[in-house]
Amino acid sequence: MKDILEKLEQRRGEARLGGGQTRINAQHGRGKLTARERIELLMDKGSFEEFDMFVEHRSIDFGMEKTKIPGDGVVTGWGTVNGRTVFVFAKDFTVFGGSLSDTHAQKIVKIQDMALKARAPIIGLFDAGGARIQEGVAALGGYGEVFRRNVLASGVIPQISVIMGPCAGGDVYSPAMTDFIFMVKDTSYMFVTGPDVVKTVTNEVVTAEELGGASVHATKSSICDGAFDNDVETLLQMRRLIDFLPSSCGVGVPEWPSFDDIGRDDMSLDTLIPDNPNKPYDIKELVLKTMDEGDFFEISETFARNIVTGFGRIGGRTIGVVANQPMVLAGVLDSDASRKAARFVRFCDAFDIPIVTFVDVPGFLPGTAQEQGGLIKHGAKLLFAYSQATVPLVTVITRKAFGGAYDVMASKHIGADLNYAWPTAQIAVMGAKGAVEIIFRADIGDAAKIAARTKEYEDRFLSPFVAAERGYIDDVIMPHATRRRIARALAMLRGKKVELPARKHDNLPV
Amino acid sequence: MFKRILIANRGEIACRIIKTARRMGIKTVAVYSDADKDALHVEMADTAVHIGPSPAAESYLLIDKIVAAARDSGAEAVHPGYGFLSEREAFPVALAEAGIVFIGPNRGAIAAMGDKIESKKAAAAANVSTVPGHLGEIADEKHAVKIADEIGYPVMIKASAGGGGKGMRIAYSQSEVAEGFARSRSEAKSSFGDDRMFIEKFIVDPRHIEIQVLGDKHGNVIYLGERECSIQRRNQKVVEEAPSPLLDEATRRRMGEQAVALAKAVGYDSAGTVEFVAGQDKSFFFLEMNTRLQVEHPVTELITGVDLVEEMIRSAAGEKLRLTQADVKLNGWAVESRVYAEDPTRNFLPSTGRLIRYRPPAESVTDGVTVRNDTGVFEGGEISIFYDPMIAKLVTHAPTRLAAIEAQADALDRFGIEGIRHNIPFLSALMQHPRWQAGKLSTGFIAEEFPDGFHAPAAEGETARVMAAVAAAIDHVLGERKRQISGQMGGRAVIRERRRSVVLGEREIVLDVQREGDAVAVRFVSSGGEGRARQLTSDWKPGDPLWSGDVDGFAVAVQVRPVRNGFDLAYRGTQAKAFVYTASESAYARLMPVKVAADTSKKLLCPMPGLVRSIDVALGQEVKAGETLAVVEAMKMENVLRAERDGTVKAIHAKPGDSLAVDAVILEFA
Repeated sequence: MKDILEKLEQRRGEARLGGGQTRINAQHGRGKLTARERIELLMDKGSFEEFDMFVEHRSIDFGMEKTKIPGDGVVTGWGTVNGRTVFVFAKDFTVFGGSLSDTHAQKIVKIQDMALKARAPIIGLFDAGGARIQEGVAALGGYGEVFRRNVLASGVIPQISVIMGPCAGGDVYSPAMTDFIFMVKDTSYMFVTGPDVVKTVTNEVVTAEELGGASVHATKSSICDGAFDNDVETLLQMRRLIDFLPSSCGVGVPEWPSFDDIGRDDMSLDTLIPDNPNKPYDIKELVLKTMDEGDFFEISETFARNIVTGFGRIGGRTIGVVANQPMVLAGVLDSDASRKAARFVRFCDAFDIPIVTFVDVPGFLPGTAQEQGGLIKHGAKLLFAYSQATVPLVTVITRKAFGGAYDVMASKHIGADLNYAWPTAQIAVMGAKGAVEIIFRADIGDAAKIAARTKEYEDRFLSPFVAAERGYIDDVIMPHATRRRIARALAMLRGKKVELPARKHDNLPV
Repeated sequence: MFKRILIANRGEIACRIIKTARRMGIKTVAVYSDADKDALHVEMADTAVHIGPSPAAESYLLIDKIVAAARDSGAEAVHPGYGFLSEREAFPVALAEAGIVFIGPNRGAIAAMGDKIESKKAAAAANVSTVPGHLGEIADEKHAVKIADEIGYPVMIKASAGGGGKGMRIAYSQSEVAEGFARSRSEAKSSFGDDRMFIEKFIVDPRHIEIQVLGDKHGNVIYLGERECSIQRRNQKVVEEAPSPLLDEATRRRMGEQAVALAKAVGYDSAGTVEFVAGQDKSFFFLEMNTRLQVEHPVTELITGVDLVEEMIRSAAGEKLRLTQADVKLNGWAVESRVYAEDPTRNFLPSTGRLIRYRPPAESVTDGVTVRNDTGVFEGGEISIFYDPMIAKLVTHAPTRLAAIEAQADALDRFGIEGIRHNIPFLSALMQHPRWQAGKLSTGFIAEEFPDGFHAPAAEGETARVMAAVAAAIDHVLGERKRQISGQMGGRAVIRERRRSVVLGEREIVLDVQREGDAVAVRFVSSGGEGRARQLTSDWKPGDPLWSGDVDGFAVAVQVRPVRNGFDLAYRGTQAKAFVYTASESAYARLMPVKVAADTSKKLLCPMPGLVRSIDVALGQEVKAGETLAVVEAMKMENVLRAERDGTVKAIHAKPGDSLAVDAVILEFA
């Protein structure tokens, strides 16, 4: 009997070695950890339970029947992150380069189904060469099964993809349909077709990093929501992110004891807005000083930096933050910023995360590049996302809220619950100079008259009170009281319920 | 007594004067420039008068404006503080014409001491020790040797017309004088066409020691001991103390009596300072007299218990001194650090901007230790480009010099500033310096001990152990909270390993961490087995920027700034990132490649279509990450473009006024 039991340990030991010590060393040599090492970092100690460790492929073409490695290139299972259930699959680059076979796909699908049933987040760690060519269409079929489950789970459980090595071809579309993609700098890349194919087809010579490195996806393409220095940093940050996220839709945000008084005033915010209305200031100072303990997990930090998105907590409960950033492009809304914020707002709404919006927006960015690039449609995405959101929405206008951008940035009119403004707020169709030149076109030649008109306009419209008189602003609040007021508003809105008309689904201007 | 006074100054000194006036029941009037509209001194004063634009030359230095402000606000007297108009003879004259009292010495005293040569003559006439020297013509080598013998060695031989070190020599013996005199004379002849020479005493390793005097309008003058201000950087005082570790009672009395003699000779009738240069042999020589309140006056206040501002106000109001010389007793030791908005690791380059966080140590008097912080700023305030970048004067007082230094080091540890660069790491390192602690000072101290500038020390020895233990304790508290998150799967508690590995800068320190009642016990696991556990107690909570607590019975304060997966810690002048790992995390972290700062771009591109407002760097200039490179205006907003990494400017492609397209190259780095 004992030898039979020992046999199990022996087979487990073999399976855990994956592609063998030589390949493990090679993986380390590239500055990367193995699939199981990564899972160990991601999960609470001793909590990981592996499934399908002994699964092997069933291919008999091209001599594949002679090489079988238990696990077949992907490690799957579940465990906990700070006690909360999380499902995981991790491509094992040491086994067939992590390539996807029919059985490999089935392992992933099993975990996806289980995660959806159990209503717990799923994290995919990618480090693989794509489809296993020897299996042909069976591999493609496998991809399709994975893709469909990504879509089924979308908006039901959080799905996170972490790119920790190559991710190419069919492998890229599963991450693309998940909620977040994170990448490891320098050791990961992601593209549909690699540099060789690019060269053959277009004669363009390009490196993998230039084509799909973290530097590209985190700043230019918007594919990547965050890039980290190495495997350890990335996985520890994923643990931190999980602490912010609900396990699924409908269960509410996680909560932990906060050590930061929700009644805390911050007097330094009273001087945040510079005297000169054209001087920028860092909106992140406001964000950090409003959140519990200054803890903020920024999403898409290096893309469209004119808008800030991310997770924080107030009173120990997760909130999503959207904030115009006056430090970059004056905080203007352009196509990229609109897309970035729209996606974030929709994630928060799907998972019942209340949204706090800080507004300092001079308008939409003018110009041919923007208009030809579809600014109208991209801007509409953010408008659509906010208008459709049924989670608690609290908005604070710190300075400018001009033109259509005022409407878009979680205004009362599109469904925000509580709209506050600082005394420094300027809520108007446009700035004084532009407005006066239109309204008093006849006086343009007369500098003295124009100056007087400008002053008149500034006094009347560049304040929060015109909007407050109409009830578009619920209250004008002191900057130092921002945290306290938001905390009260969110507490009051805890039970918010909104019924939407029945429909098959909406038609977001994608 | 006056009912209302105006303070013709700004910043910490204005605030400090307001405090005393308020205690005396006197109403205060502040003056302010545009930049100081929201400044602390304006907030503190009973009333405030705007006196002009931000540059001091257009506001704080305008006598007419300030006299008008005093007259219009009904102030009976004006305190000038230090700097600005405090030593301008014309200021008390103008005030007198308007019938307003100047809280400071009479104009005659200011005039007599204002001129360097005249003041030296006055000092000599009052039998104050001056640097011995020969000002007459020197005939030849023999004559020179004779003079040098009389003065005493070493001597300095200088060309009368000299400058730039030409024709200047230090001689330690008769032969060196003979040889040096001839050479210097010929150099002087060829360089300046003037071979007149003079010889004076050369003071080796000089120290800066000054005597505080206090006079009234009734002819009484006393001295309030000395201050030593030898810790200077480029003639700028950095750390001051009272008393001086050099002086004995007899020397102190001689210096004090000479200072009083000089003050009496010029009819001095307020607080003033007689500055001396002192040799290591306790010889001392008159340098100059400052006819105002000194920046470093608080150290004298703490060892004498005298409020110098109050005494100045009383003297100005015509009151007699309430103290006689016999009443003056020096008690304990006081040390002052000047906290500046400057980057000590970048050759002390001034730093300006918003004080995102400003949390000075609490002012207190406990167990014979006093912590005093004279400041003129507040959290959310601005350090502007227009004025002196001093943030605060941190002063500690204790029964002994070493206790005062320890209190100062602790207070510096508790001083939290974010948003701008500051010199606290440098001041902390100074407090740890053995030579400073031994009191072996000279005005060359900083140049000698930090010849290559200041480099933040790496975490070592006990400092590193304390930082690692604090990091582990913080991590433990954070970990305890993580295990209270809602939505956990039932049935199985999360295991917490005791073994931790703290990566602190370049080092890795292995330790065991465990909660023991209110304390977190940290046991260092050295190669030779397990050591004794250290008990850390603190009421630190997640989010606190300062870990303040007790490590094995010693009070410890560490600045804590969260960074990704870790903390940036500052303690005793050492700053280091700390990452607290489990055993497996640390094993995997060691496998991670060391990243060299990626050189992805050597160009600064215009991020948006806009108008170049300014280019803030020059060709060939070295810039550090975070430094402003250019300002581009777009959407009627100024966008400050900052360096993302250190580099040298190789080419500049744009100039102010240029209209740029997006991604246009503004400048390139080498």
